[in-house]
Amino acid sequence: MAGSALWFFLLLAAALAGRATALWPWPQYIQTSDLRYPIFPHNFQFQYHVSSAAQPGCSVLDEAFQRYRDLLFGSDFWHRPDPAEKQHTLEINSLVIHVATPGCDQLPSLESAENCLETFSQLVWRSPEGTFFINKTEIEDFPRFPHRGLLLDTSRHYLPLSSILNTLDVMAYSKFNVFHWHMVDDPSFPYESFTFPELTRKGSYNPATHIYTAQDVKEVIEYARLRGIRVLVEFDTPGHTQSWGPGAPGLLTPCYSGSQPSGTFGPVNPILNSTYEFMSTFFLEVSSVFPDFYLHLGGDEVDFSCWKSNPDIQDFMKKKGFGNDFKKLESFYIQTLLDIVSAYGKGYVVWQEVFDNKVKVRPDTIIQVWREEAPVSYMKELELVTNASFRALLSAPWYLNHITYGPDWEKVYMVEPLAFDGTPEQKALVIGGEACMWGEYVDSTNLVPRLWPRAGAVAERLWSSKLVTNLDFASKRLADFRCELLRRGIQAQPLNVGYCEQEFEET
Amino acid sequence: MEQRGWGLPRLLGLLALLAVQVPRSSASSYMGLWPLPLSVEMSPRLLRLSPENFHIGHDSSSTAGPSCTILQEAFRRYYDYIFGFYKWHRGPAKSHAAPELEQLLVSVVLDSQCNAFPNVSSDESYSLLVKGPVAILKANRVWGVLRGLETFSQLIYQDSYGTFTINESNIVDSPRFPHRGILIDTARHYLPVKTILKTLDAMAFNKFNVLHWHIVDDQSFPYQSITFPQLSNKGSYSLSHVYTPNDVRIVIEYARLRGIRVIPEFDTPGHAQSWGKGQKDLLTPCYHGHTQSGTFGPINPILNTTYSFLSKFFNEISTVFPDHFIHLGGDEVEFQCWESNPDIQKFMQQKGFGTDFKKLEVFYIQKLFNIISTVNKGSIVWQEVFDNNVKLQPGVVVQVWKYGDYAKEQSRVTAEGFPVLLSAPWYLDYISYGQDWVKYYNVEPLDFDGTSKQKTLVIGGEACLWGEYVDATNLTPRLWPRASAVGERLWSRQDVRSSQDAYKRLTVHRCRMVRRGVAAEPLFTGYCNHEDRV
Repeated sequence: MAGSALWFFLLLAAALAGRATALWPWPQYIQTSDLRYPIFPHNFQFQYHVSSAAQPGCSVLDEAFQRYRDLLFGSDFWHRPDPAEKQHTLEINSLVIHVATPGCDQLPSLESAENCLETFSQLVWRSPEGTFFINKTEIEDFPRFPHRGLLLDTSRHYLPLSSILNTLDVMAYSKFNVFHWHMVDDPSFPYESFTFPELTRKGSYNPATHIYTAQDVKEVIEYARLRGIRVLVEFDTPGHTQSWGPGAPGLLTPCYSGSQPSGTFGPVNPILNSTYEFMSTFFLEVSSVFPDFYLHLGGDEVDFSCWKSNPDIQDFMKKKGFGNDFKKLESFYIQTLLDIVSAYGKGYVVWQEVFDNKVKVRPDTIIQVWREEAPVSYMKELELVTNASFRALLSAPWYLNHITYGPDWEKVYMVEPLAFDGTPEQKALVIGGEACMWGEYVDSTNLVPRLWPRAGAVAERLWSSKLVTNLDFASKRLADFRCELLRRGIQAQPLNVGYCEQEFEET
Repeated sequence: MEQRGWGLPRLLGLLALLAVQVPRSSASSYMGLWPLPLSVEMSPRLLRLSPENFHIGHDSSSTAGPSCTILQEAFRRYYDYIFGFYKWHRGPAKSHAAPELEQLLVSVVLDSQCNAFPNVSSDESYSLLVKGPVAILKANRVWGVLRGLETFSQLIYQDSYGTFTINESNIVDSPRFPHRGILIDTARHYLPVKTILKTLDAMAFNKFNVLHWHIVDDQSFPYQSITFPQLSNKGSYSLSHVYTPNDVRIVIEYARLRGIRVIPEFDTPGHAQSWGKGQKDLLTPCYHGHTQSGTFGPINPILNTTYSFLSKFFNEISTVFPDHFIHLGGDEVEFQCWESNPDIQKFMQQKGFGTDFKKLEVFYIQKLFNIISTVNKGSIVWQEVFDNNVKLQPGVVVQVWKYGDYAKEQSRVTAEGFPVLLSAPWYLDYISYGQDWVKYYNVEPLDFDGTSKQKTLVIGGEACLWGEYVDATNLTPRLWPRASAVGERLWSRQDVRSSQDAYKRLTVHRCRMVRRGVAAEPLFTGYCNHEDRV
């Protein structure tokens, strides 16, 4: 993403200050005053600046204007104010958007304008009498890290499309910009492939209801695009692939018990040509379905015991001169896979094991650091990865599926992603991080309250200045932000005792 | 839903009804019955039900009839639970070789108690005989009918053709403990009435029978008192964060219709900060040296006005809440503020309490007990009241909540002859990663040193969901199905203990809750046929 498109400028020619403290994440530069201006919903409009590169017809912004109008004022009918009352005050009647570089139809396009609208919406507040106000405010903002991601796992539990779309909404509210879709894993294969339809037919929990059709995927990608969010899809191999097996006979390694196949299967079989033919076809499809430049190829937690048990694999190891080092076999597989994916003009992200196991990868590979302690602490791992000149993504301290009693968001919040030994060049290689919500114990019944507002802590860490670390300041704003989420209909859980004007109501 | 085979062909020829005495190993066969009934006999013979024909009604021998609201409402509710949430497939008739179950007839044997409120000695036993074409549910009182309807609904499943199916069965059931409660806390966070009602629904699915409503605490006073309206006017989070008399009535009636008692807790003399805002001079002014610090402590135990206030207040409570018991709290009283106050020091001297502030606490609690007796109610208190040697009247129930050595505490309390409620191992607000329900499930409430007479004094327990970090956004998935583990522990036989078997049944049960609109969280990786849709 181009750096220049990532900052935005919010200058309210006529503007006010009480609500500014409700901003989340905190902007890079803000100046606010007590001078406040009323906003009358029926008069208010979003406008394009005459010299803006984006103009009416830019669907991303046209739709965002409509969305934020509803978020700000609700979809009620607003009475015209009494003219007498109106004359006394200078009102705010428009937000003028000026976009420097066009890109309405591009993918991560106009993220900055979107983020600007979100910030604007967080500045507007309502008096007890019901009048909307905004304080005179000047904001200049840009994210600290370009990759601010959130991982959902749709394999351990299937998440209905509405849960995913709802998550994308809240991601936009907190300025996340990457949806890492851990689509498939051992337990189920919900992605409906048109080249290999048997994968879902045999590998999903229920091939009629627990799948993502091509239409569903398109909808997620477009919904995300309209919110300035990239969709980074993960098809994890060679491990974590049990669910691929039933729909792709011969793909997984048959495990042996002594000299007999045991009937169970291990990771993807790396010694067969058919495996790579399958992967070529499959990833050709995936590359065309998912428009983002990057694919996540997984590569974590490969269990070698099944490979070890299989005599054909033992032969292959000998032939290749791998000795007993199954990491070399893993490398062999990953390298072949990476070549396939590169040929489709895609970049890739992998879990840290690929780096730890010394797989030779392209220099532009992104390594996602997820292990907290072993083999080394995650800070050490960041140091090693960047020292080898790879770009890094941090997730290790942000496994939000792990829950504990009390305000555990604080621990998440206080992580400093660049607190490792390294040169400025190394630090620059950390492109961001991801909050991960693995699905062993999470489905649509508990996803939202478990994710929000806890993921908000990660969002601010990745967006705001390194210096924004005061927990008291953050608690207040995050509590306000969670009330704002409730107002917007999001089932975000409380941080501590207290209340919101508008509580969550069961439907 | 998956149907498992029976594997007991040897008995097939003997009886149409095949007797299987709840062997733990194969209990998972029981279609996710939760909590597991006392005795279940099931036959492999299948009956089918058709939504168009099936009917739940009163048996002619029943003492209850169509004028019994509690049953009429339950019949309608359970018809919906059984059929309403499925898409009805009208499958090909030929696939339905099984005979039809046309009716469930309900027979109440003794005086039905249709218009009564449930109480601690309410008879919840029932027997259920499922045989074509008419099944019979028999119970002494309506309370047993409610439990039996829940069990009946849990027996029905859809086969792979979509046909509603039930095995011929014979079930005899009654609870192990009479008090099976859920504590909700509406003071740390206000819970909308809808959330409370939804919780009552889920409680009925798990055969809980007591809603312990920890209604007020330091943080807020949402209970709208008729006698002292300022308490909630000033002490609630906001004027929309209150329970009006009508809200309270709705909760009590909704609970009654499900055989659930509502026990309100008005915790004093500690945990009472929010009372102070709307009731001047009720709380103790704390001192800093010789001057008042501006902060307040527990309720002021030395003023006559305190007791006249409490008399009026609890007189109101005793009429608003029909249950015989009121929970008086009494936990975690901090003495610093009392210690700092010169008037209290003087009073201590006068009474000869020395510097033992426990004696002052006892003095307060005793006076409170007297007030409660005057309004003819029974009391429940947290364990500190017992620990601090308050002279309790016989019959006061002591709730054990401190985790350390709770078995010893149970021994001590029952040795003195007082009834006990166990909560210590069941604080569900303490969350952790993974399957913590197993921990709750493995608790044995009678696992303490004591005579068999002492053991009979354990009247049950409560799963507590304190509200510091819980509100309407996360209450349901945090409570269910974790509280279900406590539900079975308090209902089923002591020897129903296999967590592997429980896992299988509970997985089915949680999907059933989800289908019925309760967002119960998953136990582990997997899926339900009907996912919760947000």
